[in-house]
Order: sequence, then structure tokens, then C-alpha cells
Amino acid sequence: MHYDALIVGAGPAGLSAAIRLKQRALAQQTELSVAVLEKSAAIGGHILSGAVFDARVLKALFVDGSASQQRLAALLQTPVSAEDFLLLSKNTHYKIPQWILPACLKNTGHYVISLADLCRYLSAEAESLGVDIYPGFAAVEVLYNAAGAVAGVLTGEMGRRKNGSQGANYQAGTQLFAPYTLFAEGCRGQLARQLDERWHLSAACDAQHYALGIKEVWAIEPALHQAGRVLHTLGWPLSESASAGGGFVYHCADNRLALGLVSSLAYQNPYFSPYAEFQRFKTHPAIARFLRGGKRLAYGARSLSTGGLQSLPKLVFPGGALLGDAAGFLNAARLKGAHAAIKSGLLAADACFAALSERRSADELSAYPAAFAQSGLWAELQQTRNAKPWLEKNLYAGSLMFGLEQHVFGRHAPWTLHRAQPDHARLKKAADCAKIDYPKPDGVLSFDLNSSLYLANIAYAEDQPKHLKLKDPARAISVNLALYDAPETRYCPAQVYEIVYEISPEQPATRAARLQINAQNCIHCKACDIKDPSQNIVWTAPQGGDGPNYVAL
Amino acid sequence: MKILVPVKRVVDANFAIHAQADASGADLAHAHFVLNPFDEVALEAALRYKEHAQAGSMNTAVEVIAVSAGTLNAQENLRQALALGADRAILIHTDAVLQPLAVAKLLQAICVIEAPQLVLCGKQAIDDDAQQTPQMLAALLDWPQAIGAALLEIEHVEPRGAACYARVSCVTDDGQDTLELRLPAVISADLCLNTPRYTSLINIMQAKKKPLKLITPAELGVDIAPRLRTLRVFEPPKRACGVQVANIAELVSQLKLAKVLA
Repeated sequence: MHYDALIVGAGPAGLSAAIRLKQRALAQQTELSVAVLEKSAAIGGHILSGAVFDARVLKALFVDGSASQQRLAALLQTPVSAEDFLLLSKNTHYKIPQWILPACLKNTGHYVISLADLCRYLSAEAESLGVDIYPGFAAVEVLYNAAGAVAGVLTGEMGRRKNGSQGANYQAGTQLFAPYTLFAEGCRGQLARQLDERWHLSAACDAQHYALGIKEVWAIEPALHQAGRVLHTLGWPLSESASAGGGFVYHCADNRLALGLVSSLAYQNPYFSPYAEFQRFKTHPAIARFLRGGKRLAYGARSLSTGGLQSLPKLVFPGGALLGDAAGFLNAARLKGAHAAIKSGLLAADACFAALSERRSADELSAYPAAFAQSGLWAELQQTRNAKPWLEKNLYAGSLMFGLEQHVFGRHAPWTLHRAQPDHARLKKAADCAKIDYPKPDGVLSFDLNSSLYLANIAYAEDQPKHLKLKDPARAISVNLALYDAPETRYCPAQVYEIVYEISPEQPATRAARLQINAQNCIHCKACDIKDPSQNIVWTAPQGGDGPNYVAL
Repeated sequence: MKILVPVKRVVDANFAIHAQADASGADLAHAHFVLNPFDEVALEAALRYKEHAQAGSMNTAVEVIAVSAGTLNAQENLRQALALGADRAILIHTDAVLQPLAVAKLLQAICVIEAPQLVLCGKQAIDDDAQQTPQMLAALLDWPQAIGAALLEIEHVEPRGAACYARVSCVTDDGQDTLELRLPAVISADLCLNTPRYTSLINIMQAKKKPLKLITPAELGVDIAPRLRTLRVFEPPKRACGVQVANIAELVSQLKLAKVLA
């Protein structure tokens, strides 16, 4: 199949790029065929975020007073009404006065939304403009032309059985070709990784840094609910293990509460468990007070790119470009990535449209990084570029330094901090670390992993190969278990990885350890691809449509 | 030969559904909707017959028509049926609540217009599990019916005009019934009839050009007023924890207390 522009990923970046391409074509009265591939069964099914959304970029995308603007208003029905920033200690909290906080942490004028709702809204707008959106189809391979430039993608096959044979309803993947392919797979995209290796896109920047966000949505007592109320936290429980990250509690529409904990994946103790930290976060009095009498509705997890400007790779290569979190535009200091993803999508689409108008094909869209360097998005990221590095050095001193930097220097801080060590290399040996004794779930505020996974609506076609690959299966035991006590059994928020001991009947005294991969629990968060100490685990897309089915996360 | 395949838009089985706070119904605000899996199986059976008929020596042209009734959103499910291989689609558009008898009457009206030789549908819809519409439709049309097909063969006695028979093995509570029906007939499919195919990107694209007709119940002259009123929809009460007993003596005394033992 041939298109003028191909987009991989129907998140905010991909869909905004599609909309912009069609709007440009309409304005010039030309025809442009645009397709968006999405591995989730339905738009919004694999995406999640808090989220407090900076809607200014979207309001600029649509004409004032148009039907699109009215639908947008329906999406933005919960403006931020009140906000607090808390420093939590084990049993109490300290409310940080608003006047101390740098501007990047202020949310007046923004909206509490569900990112899935935003994607559905953008998807409806894109379809009305004539974009072909294909949910349930994963792009699994990049296709190259004779000159070695990106020519398109191949979608995954359907009906391949576990034993490798083709099932009765086997269907091969489809090749899609386009002069330009925009990769908007989100954080740690499967194809973006391959493109990075092939074109050395990260040669001139810091390693990317990541965090794992785990989130739940609750229906809470109306008396405890205050629509638009926003709470951010630092400190406990992550401070106990000197790990970076923070929590959020957002009051959405319909008496719903969105809350979660974002844990930096640069943590050092292999006994650290982001899921267990989140469950005990909810037991803190400042958080638990909202959850009394409430009911848990949804659960999910996803990695985020937090490296900011220092880790931003080269954005373009012959025939394609990286958009959104796949590149790493998220502003970790503002705790927002959706608006940045949308902006990057618009910039990339403009460059792509200009190239197509000049009848160019499969070359570098150099206008895109050039436009980014002049954009408000660059200025925003430049201003807050040292936030994460400061906070990872030390929570208290780091926060002070960042606050000082913002208030005194603004964007022009005379230094740029770098975090040279990639996240996976930060893990210390298990023998050098203390085990963390996490409390057992109480079934009221905190819950076991199995009941959480039930709320992620995970569905997989049963008879298919495992989509999580080990480069060297032996390393799972000889390195991961022997040196790090199998950290994947703790950082995975879906219990995909388990160490299983097998006792052979002939030699009952010895136990052989093996890594069991429950691939059909996977919720596509990519934490394993990021944090495996020897980068032994490679995440690949399962059969199209498989995975979690997040409803409104 | 025309095969009519009624399809229903239902909530995706992979989603956990909760009752509305006011017990008026299920909370479907953010649900994802798919083609009823039983209907996918029926459609697959129709498509296989069509491919078989066109490839074989019979040289019979088979037209597969997908029909649905409901809101305009059902168009996306009909497009999926078209992408799988149906030739055209009809949506009976209404925002009213539809119950099985109303659907059967609507399908009867369509059958009068389209005159298919076979209505091939799913045995039940996975949202209400009613298992009523195919039987009611057959009665209204005064056609033979086979319910819960696990095996289906369609034979032509003569290529055109003369009688056509379908041999169907149906799943029953105590085994299998094998029936021979003279067409036109209504056959409902059980899940074990076949494994449906996947849609391909190319077929999805081509399906956009296939005809999808909209029609209303009023235009068909059908009264769809519901006969049943839903009083309350609620989730089953949480199972209470069991009681653990320390020994047999305690078990016996607990059973006596519960009046299970004398």
C-alpha cells in the first residue's frame, strides 16, 4: 500500500502530525494520503498519563469557533481549580508554599484530562479530515529502499502459532510505503530503537533517561471529590531508597480520581519495586484521605522519557523522523509531555508537507529540527533542562538548587548538568544492597498485582510466540539472577518475569533456576527493555491489537 | 444466492464492565465496541461458502449482505464486516433501545425486501446472551431453523430455481442433532463452527468503497416499542470469605449450626 505520509503510533504526536498534514493540504487545495498505524485494538488503549494538560497548543491547531473547537471544549471540561505541592515524610506532609515554586510547576489555566480521551478526540478530528487510521496493526519492521533510506514499514503478521507454524487463519503482514515515515511510538519505541542504532541518532547526546509511571483511577466519595484539584508530591516513599520521582493525585470529572507514582528508572537498588512503592504511597494519610469508601476502576503503567534536551537525539534520517516521546520531548520539570508531543508533531508535519510539496522523497526533513531549535518548545525545554539532573543528585539540595536556578537565572543558567550513565548501568549488585521490606497489600488502599492486572483489561491471542526476547537466554540466570537477584521480577508492573525453581526427580537436592516469561501479562510499559542491566531483554510488538485495553487512563 | 448475515455491535469482552451508580444499566461510557464474536463466526461461514461456490463448478454467484440495527456508531462494525468480505451492508438506524422481538421484526422486513436464501447469524450476542432473535425471526418468516450450528453444509440439488438444502449439525445439551433444512432458512452459529479470519489493511481500505445503506424502522414500517422494562442492573454481591475450621469436630459443629447436619 502506498501513502504520501505514514505515521507509526496514534498518540498525541502522531495524530497531531496527521491532522496538520491534512490541514496544510486542504489550505493548498492539494490531495495528500495519510495513514496512521496503531498497535492497540482501539485508540487510547495503550496510552496513559496523569494528566494535567497545557491546551494552548491545541487551541491554536483549530480555527476559532469551529465545530472542532467546540468538541475540544467538551474534552477540556475540568480546568485546574486548586493545586498543592506536598513534601511527604513517612506520616506527615509539608505543603510547599506556591510562591517558592518555580513557574514550571504552576498549573493555572491548564486542564485535568485523560490522555486516552485526548487521543480519541484527535483521532475523530483526523478521520473527519480523511486520515486513514488503523488500530490493531503493529508496525514491526522498517522497510528500506535501494539507497538505504526509510521507505515505509511492515505490519505484523497475524495467526502465527507458538510453535512457529502458521495457524489456520494466518495472515502475513502488509508493506506500507511512503516518501516519509514519522515514528511516534512513544517512549522507547521498538522501531525508534532500531533507527537509533542504524543511523547513530544518539551519538552526540546524553543517553536517554526514563521513569516508570504507574497509575490507577478510582471512583471516590463525592464529598471527598473536588473537580480540578491537583496534588503533586515529592519525598516519601521514594526518599526511603534515595530514588527520584514523585506522586500525583488529580481530581477528574465524574467523581473520578487519577493517582499514580512516577519512579525514575535510574534507581540503584535491585530490590526496588516501583509497583510496591506506588501501593504504599497510597497509604500515606495525605493520599489515603481521598480513597476512603472509594472503588478502584483501572490500573496501568508506562515508561516516560525524562532526559529532556540533553538526551534529545538527532530527529531526522533519510525518509523519516522521530516525534513525541519516541524522541524524548517530554518536559520532566513541568510534569507534562502531551503538549510537547503535539508541538513536535506539528513541526514534523510542516517539514514533511513542505518536502512533499517540493516533490522530495526519502531524504532528511532538516527543516524539522531547524524549526524546533527556533520554537517555543525548545525554549521551554532549555529553561527546565537541569530539573531532573538536580533532583536525581539529591532531593532536598537538588530541589533548592533547581528552584534557585529558575528564580535567578530563568532559562539562562550558566551550566548544563549531564547524566552520563544510562539508567540500566546504574543498578548495583544485589550483594551490595539491602533488601526492601515492602508492606503486604491491605486490600483496601493497596492491592496485590493480580487484582491490579485485572483492571488493565489485558487480552492476548493465546497461541502466539512470546514477544519478549532474550538476546542470550543464559544471561537471565548467570547475570540477572546471580548478580542482581533478578530485578525484572520487581520492576515489571505486570509480573511478566518470574524465577522458577525446578527440582529434578533424579537429584532432589539441587534446584535449577529458570526465568519464566509470562508474556501474556505484558502491558507494554517497556521498563524491561530499559532497565535490564545487560540490555538482554528486547521488547517487540505482539500480535496487533493485543495487550492492555486501557479505558480512560 | 443471497446470504443475509445480521451482526450486532457489542461491548468488547476484554473490558471489565461496572453497573451505573443508579442501577439503571451498565456503564458503557468508555467501553470499546466490537462485532459480536458469534456473528463473526456466522459471517466467516457465509464467506467460506461464497468462496467455495465461486471457485467450484457450480459457478453460483453468492452475495453476502451484512445487516445491523442500532445507533450510527454501528457503521464502524458494519465496515469491519465489509472488510472481512461482505459485499454490502445495511444499517437500520435508530437510537431507541432494541429488544430481540423488535430486531426479529426488523430483520423480517429486510428479508421481505432482499429475499435471501439463507439468514446466517450468531447464536447469541455476548452482551445480553438472549439467544432469541434467530428463533423469533424464523417463526415470523415461517422458515425452518437450525440453532447452534457446529457443522454446516449447503447442497444444491440443482443449480438454479430448484430446491436447495442445508445440512446442519447443531450442538444441544445432550449431544448433537443433525438436521436437513430446505432453504430459505434461518441458521444460527455456535462458536465452534469455525475460526474467523483476520482483516487485512488492504481489505479495510477497500471496504470504504462498498455500499452501506441507511434505513429507519419507520421506513420499514416496523413497531420497535420494547415489551420488557429493565427494573434494575446491579453487580452480584461480593462473595463473603469462607470460614476456616481447625479440625473435624469444629466442622461438624458448624454444619450442625447451619442445619446441614441433624
